[in-house]
Amino acid sequence: MINPHTKDKNTFGFWVYIMSDCVLFAGLFATYFVLQGATFGASTIDEIVDLPFVLVETILLLTSSFTIGLALLAARSGKKNLTLSFLLLTFLLGLGFLGMEVFEFMKLVGEGSGPGRSAFLSAFFTLLGTHGLHVFLGLIWMLAVMAHVMLRGVGEKTLSKIMCLSLFWHFLDIIWIFIFTLVYLMGALAF
Amino acid sequence: MKSLNAYILGFVLSIGFTLVAFWTVGAGFGAGMGVGILVVLAVLQLLVQLILFLHLGREPKPRWNLIAFFFALFVVVVIVGGSLWIMNNVNHEQLGSYNVFEKENIPAPNHEDHSN
Repeated sequence: MINPHTKDKNTFGFWVYIMSDCVLFAGLFATYFVLQGATFGASTIDEIVDLPFVLVETILLLTSSFTIGLALLAARSGKKNLTLSFLLLTFLLGLGFLGMEVFEFMKLVGEGSGPGRSAFLSAFFTLLGTHGLHVFLGLIWMLAVMAHVMLRGVGEKTLSKIMCLSLFWHFLDIIWIFIFTLVYLMGALAF
Repeated sequence: MKSLNAYILGFVLSIGFTLVAFWTVGAGFGAGMGVGILVVLAVLQLLVQLILFLHLGREPKPRWNLIAFFFALFVVVVIVGGSLWIMNNVNHEQLGSYNVFEKENIPAPNHEDHSN
């Protein structure tokens, strides 16, 4: 199996960006762990976590990570319509994930557990919000790539765009796995 | 088609690890054991994503992607590990002092005594 991600300098440059984004998330994770206990009398993590809900979110995102891989494979074999279908499927799964996350945020804010309530909640909203913002930007980017594929088909340039997008999407999936494990599952376990 | 198989295997494994991790929380392991299992599952999940989805380490030499990855991993470990280490120490020195009083049955300092 050859690596489809290292064909040109663009993808390497993009990979370096992703690695620096990892460092950004490391800072947010560190902040979250340090402030996890600083609840100031407001909700703790085990009170706000709804595990089955988060499990559905996780499965949506994991599936979308798979379908964007399929989109990349379809693009590499030059199948325009298949590429578009998988990108659309990825987009819908991502949108479902983001919708669920926004719903969760609205619910928490409605219950009086907004980001201003305690240091823990600030860190929680910052970490998850930054991830959600990445997903949101990824979705907009995905629309742009889909438009590009629709207008110009799957050539060398489009392939490079889809490669970068798929790298970005897999990266968001990895960050979410750590949020799922370290924030939600351990939060439900540790108390 | 080998790449397709890698993606399918990655997908099945990642869903599997997620479900096992989810089950672990409800299965009633102790906190220590449970956290250990979750960390192992998260690392396995990370490896699945890196190897089967991102194809890390599959590039021809020189492996710049892999080198950039290890550097990022190093920085991440320093930031997260260092923050936790330092902040736990600070908590121990300051906020934790009351626990010491409780443990040894020494009355905690009375803050209402301040004149003025």
